[in-house]
Amino acid sequence: MGLEEKLPSGFLLTTVEQAAGWVRKSSVFPATFGLACCAIEMMTTGAGRYDLARFGMEVFRGSPRQADLMIVAGRVSQKMAPVLRQVYDQMPAPKWVISMGVCASSGGMFNNYAIVQGVDHIVPVDIYLPGCPPRPEMLMDAILKLHQKIQGSKLGVNREEAAREAEEAALKALPTIEMKGLLR
Amino acid sequence: MSTSHASSRETTEGPVYTVTGGDWDEIVQSAARADDERIVVNMGPQHPSTHGVLRLILEIDGETVTEARCGIGYLHTGIEKNLEYRNWTQGTTFVTRMDYLTPFFNETAYCLGVEKLLGITDQIPDRATVIRVLLMELNRLSSHLVCIATGGMELGATTIMIYGFRDRELILDVFELITGLRMNHAFVRPGGLAQDLPPGAVDQLRDVVKTMKKNLPEYDKLATGNPIFKARMQDVGYLDLTGAMALGATGPVLRSAGLPHDLRKSDPYCGYETYEFDVPTTETCDSYGRFLIRLEEMRQSLRIVEQCLDRLQPGPVMVADKKIAWPAQLAMGPDGLGNSLDHIKNIMGTSMEALIHHFKLVTEGFRVPAGQAYAAVESPKGELGVHVVSDGGTRPYRVHFRDPSFTNLQAMAAMCEGGQVADVIVAVASIDPVMGGVDR
Amino acid sequence: MSETQEPENGSNVPAPRAQGPEVIGVRTGMFGAAAGGDTSGYGGLVRTVALPGASSRPYGSYFDEVADELEGALEEQDVLPGNAIEKTVVDRGELTFHIAREHLVRVARTLRDDPALRFELCTGVSGVHFPGDKGRELHAVYHLRSLTHGRILRLEVSVPDSDPHVPSLVAVYPTNDWHERETYDFFGLVFDGHPALTRIMMPDDWQGFPQRKDYPLGGIAVEYKGAQIPAPDQRRSYS
Repeated sequence: MGLEEKLPSGFLLTTVEQAAGWVRKSSVFPATFGLACCAIEMMTTGAGRYDLARFGMEVFRGSPRQADLMIVAGRVSQKMAPVLRQVYDQMPAPKWVISMGVCASSGGMFNNYAIVQGVDHIVPVDIYLPGCPPRPEMLMDAILKLHQKIQGSKLGVNREEAAREAEEAALKALPTIEMKGLLR
Repeated sequence: MSTSHASSRETTEGPVYTVTGGDWDEIVQSAARADDERIVVNMGPQHPSTHGVLRLILEIDGETVTEARCGIGYLHTGIEKNLEYRNWTQGTTFVTRMDYLTPFFNETAYCLGVEKLLGITDQIPDRATVIRVLLMELNRLSSHLVCIATGGMELGATTIMIYGFRDRELILDVFELITGLRMNHAFVRPGGLAQDLPPGAVDQLRDVVKTMKKNLPEYDKLATGNPIFKARMQDVGYLDLTGAMALGATGPVLRSAGLPHDLRKSDPYCGYETYEFDVPTTETCDSYGRFLIRLEEMRQSLRIVEQCLDRLQPGPVMVADKKIAWPAQLAMGPDGLGNSLDHIKNIMGTSMEALIHHFKLVTEGFRVPAGQAYAAVESPKGELGVHVVSDGGTRPYRVHFRDPSFTNLQAMAAMCEGGQVADVIVAVASIDPVMGGVDR
Repeated sequence: MSETQEPENGSNVPAPRAQGPEVIGVRTGMFGAAAGGDTSGYGGLVRTVALPGASSRPYGSYFDEVADELEGALEEQDVLPGNAIEKTVVDRGELTFHIAREHLVRVARTLRDDPALRFELCTGVSGVHFPGDKGRELHAVYHLRSLTHGRILRLEVSVPDSDPHVPSLVAVYPTNDWHERETYDFFGLVFDGHPALTRIMMPDDWQGFPQRKDYPLGGIAVEYKGAQIPAPDQRRSYS
């Protein structure tokens, strides 16, 4: 075994935040929110070769009430948007959202009347995952990055502080159109 | 009385209770109040067993479904409209994302339609046609594998899902080698193909055929004789020939009713009349028959793939007419796929006219004479038809896809009514609708 | 609608037949650029866009046989073929019958039931909107397939935008149920006699018919650092 062998009398000091984050990140339950092409890659990630079970995440929950991660996999149509929001609302907090694929992130190539131009118009998004569709490896990378984020998430007063800081930073941020540099 | 989870409202037909999630006791109480009323169960559009964002509206009496209706459109993407603002070649990029499990069929159907409009059907090089057939048949395998895998998973049989996705990966590896992408390839272009087969593709294909021949009997061992599997599938989702014809169902749904209708035989395209293969049918009209048909079709597809591999002759993969031939001299560079350095050197260094021509062809595209055409291919789900209309411009005037999933899904009501709620899942899975194709 | 049910000149006099190519629009300039951008010096060029016009016999392939059988069967039902079939177009190896809408159901039923025709399978309806084709803006296009004889043909019905009514074919081909709802949803073609003509793809409260040519694509401009790229339908383009 590792660290616990070296511990004097089996004790380890950590913060509540870190302990909670560690527990949370190690048992993320994704909700099945497969919409389009990306859903197939999401299922592939859960199947044999890529084996999401390695990260304790192979159990995709059918009910949003048992899930804390929504992987929005595919294009979100105007007709689907209210449904998506309702599923999100039914998930218990704390909850996270991965916007899988360009269609969910920004509308992608479907810049038209039918598709919501980015799922962040409806729900807050934690990780944007580009690709059309992203490879299973990319989804796993996004999930691991989310794990890091969950591990570092704050609790209680600290969380409110972090939220306030994030909001201030967002208000001060320069809009894309006013940025200089390469066109991207 | 109403709670937050079971709100009631008065209508002309009496009180209507809308029951959503909540404490079980409250739900039971609310439902008990409505015992002599119609019970309408809404399933989806977000449900793990509905094969995508399909919404099923079921009226039930106990465990029996008395009426079943579909709600679709939750994945409507406006692809047909988007096509009208891109040139003809860019269209393949869009159509490949319609039925995302059968990208090569969408692309080929669309390209056959455009080629018919252009009048160059006879000029497509043999090698391009053989590779199209090859890719389509591999695609049929991967699509049927997903159908069997997810169909099994929806029954609760997780093992068959793992098997299906394992074998699908083998095919996706080949697709990735050939086209660079696992899905949504946009590899078939009007006039031919984007690229020739890369080195090593034929060898890998032969390996895959060998592996698949070894793996396919495993489905037989696992499922075909499995008493639970048979009990769930047999006599479920019944649709006889009269019903299938009236509802316009094609593909495995029609063939499970005993009619060996397959466009590859009855209205051949891409030279299918020169390949040897059988069209499997069953007389059972049920989900189990459709499962058996899909298994057998996979074996037949492997036969065709082998014939394609034997037939591959060196040659061009794009039509010779330089006014139409989208540059197919692509090569992998440090910044991704692009034109080969030799081609760039040629057009930049030796011929100003070639450069202008290349520029105009890529930015504007080629013009297609005004008119309309219909092209159909036998996709794994049935007849995939494309109605393309041109007004003589560089962009499609109207492209309409007659997607087999869309048409076949209409049969859901006929298959499910009178059956049990649990059988709805089996019936829908046996139609194998892909919502990307249904809603487009 | 009511006046179109009954042909004005009675059923025994042939209706005037449209001949020659069908003009659906006019293209100006070299590239068809909508606003500016044509620096080719051919800005004054005016060309009409025309779909292939009526063909004359022999049509070739199995088309003559199908046309003979259909015309014969219609005559047996006391319908002048010239009234029901506005014109017959053979183009790119495909046979198209342009049908007057009041005869559509009869023609479809004949095509389905006549033993020599037997077009059992309808592959749905596709709407096409030609705003430049005055009085015939909306076209409904049906493809019928005969499994018995291995044939395929196309029926086309044109109606004006001001009166977008087409008789429903659901009674003849039940498969057209969803297809007609889809065409209604996208083009506003009203299929009279359809059991439940409601929207199918778009939300029920959607305004307008999104796949008509006068309906914008609805895209939004994409922001980049220091620049915006307009939606595909707003860009300068050459068609």
